[in-house]
Amino acid sequence: MSLLAPVARLGRAVLGALAATGRVAIFAAESLSHIVRPPFYGREFLTAALQIGWMSLPVVGLTALFTGAALALQIYVGGARFNAESVVPSIVAIGMTRELGPVLGGLMVAARVASSIAAELGTMKVTEQIDALVTLSTNPMKYLAAPRILAATVTVPVLVAVGDSIGIMGGWLVGVNRLDFNSATYLHNTIQFLEPWDVGSGLVKGAVFGFIVALMGCYYGMNSGRGAMGVGAATKAAVVGASVLILASNYLLTEVLFSA
Amino acid sequence: MIELAGVHKAFGTNAVLRGVDLLVPRGTSMVIIGGSGTGKSVLLKCILGLVRPDAGVVRIAGENARTAGREAFLARFGMLFQGSALFDSLPVWQNVAFRLMRGATKRPRDEARAIAIEKLRRVGLGPEVGELYPAELSGGMQKRVGLARAIAAEPEIIFFDEPTTGLDPIMAGVIDDLIREIVVEMGATAMTITHDMRTVRAVADHVAMLHDGIIRWTGTVQEMDATPDPYVHQFINGLAQGPIASVR
Repeated sequence: MSLLAPVARLGRAVLGALAATGRVAIFAAESLSHIVRPPFYGREFLTAALQIGWMSLPVVGLTALFTGAALALQIYVGGARFNAESVVPSIVAIGMTRELGPVLGGLMVAARVASSIAAELGTMKVTEQIDALVTLSTNPMKYLAAPRILAATVTVPVLVAVGDSIGIMGGWLVGVNRLDFNSATYLHNTIQFLEPWDVGSGLVKGAVFGFIVALMGCYYGMNSGRGAMGVGAATKAAVVGASVLILASNYLLTEVLFSA
Repeated sequence: MIELAGVHKAFGTNAVLRGVDLLVPRGTSMVIIGGSGTGKSVLLKCILGLVRPDAGVVRIAGENARTAGREAFLARFGMLFQGSALFDSLPVWQNVAFRLMRGATKRPRDEARAIAIEKLRRVGLGPEVGELYPAELSGGMQKRVGLARAIAAEPEIIFFDEPTTGLDPIMAGVIDDLIREIVVEMGATAMTITHDMRTVRAVADHVAMLHDGIIRWTGTVQEMDATPDPYVHQFINGLAQGPIASVR
């Protein structure tokens, strides 16, 4: 019996993970169905868009600025090993738009927004505000989850686009002021080697990451346990879940968007 | 009006409701008493469909709650929650007018606001309170706002979940009086759950005691005071000795 105990534990863990995946999938499908079916809560959508998009701009912008700057330095030093310093502008641009802009932007939004949504909805759950919504003939999925998920899906690509631009600017600042690039040449190389799909693929990733961030925040918030510990655990799970899913989906998206 | 037959509900191995049978006639005020953790709140939530019963039937005016249209069913109810459950992100008047501004009975914003201000006045709050946020109110004021929200759409049935918990005796008395006045004035069917005996005496037409997952006793307030039932006697007199275990 004791020999089978580890197998049983493993089995329980796997079943638990599969059940959780199923619950998240059902929650996501239900949220999507509420996004496309009336009534629509425009005011809640705009509030969420402001909170998620506009208010995340400073953190995403700063992250992109320093990442672009560091990337320029790294590529310059690495490229010097085989006399390829001149690729700095194009690699910074491609690296930011395809990968670092959406992923780091997504992770920063996950930290800021998934935690905030989970804590807010978790508190609403433990203080019976979600039950109150139901008694007031309002579907919590439609009123709370759908506007937040739609807002994140729409605004995170915009954040990514802004982050890309700031990141490229960070690389340009370092390139021109620290690495002695000619400003016009740097910008010319950036534009010449950057293709529309480099930017477009990053925006697609941004939309998927935004969806994931809000989904995780809403799912864990609305299924929060009781009391302060329950809300704390929900918040932590939302951030961890969103971050892991962003990284995992980033790989899958890269395979799909850039294979062959 | 409200009829429960054989309602069961368990959470894992914890059987909270083990066959609740209860009838609340239209226009009467029923108070459910019982110790902490005996499932009073679960019972209310089973009626509203916030918690799905494992077995049994809930009927409202003869209509099975499970098969009734959800929005029309919920439109019959107003509820005052134990912690008021006001929406932090909305000013007080929008909390009160929440139902009036959405769904099938949606009204113009100005009209909804006017009704909210009138309901706030009914519970003793001035129009200036409508502009405040719930976090700016005292516990007693939050209860009043919760009460105003519960009656805003003039429901047929109003639930009160521990309406005086956490209030000082004077404020508790005020809330009890308001509940009684409003229920009589509106002719609503009311169901209150509490373990505050002062609330029981202030608002009840009928009393039911929930213990061990079943309705152990029902009767009027006068019958409650005279009953020889040892459970009721112990509970209403707050005795440590008796059939109800003091450590639960």
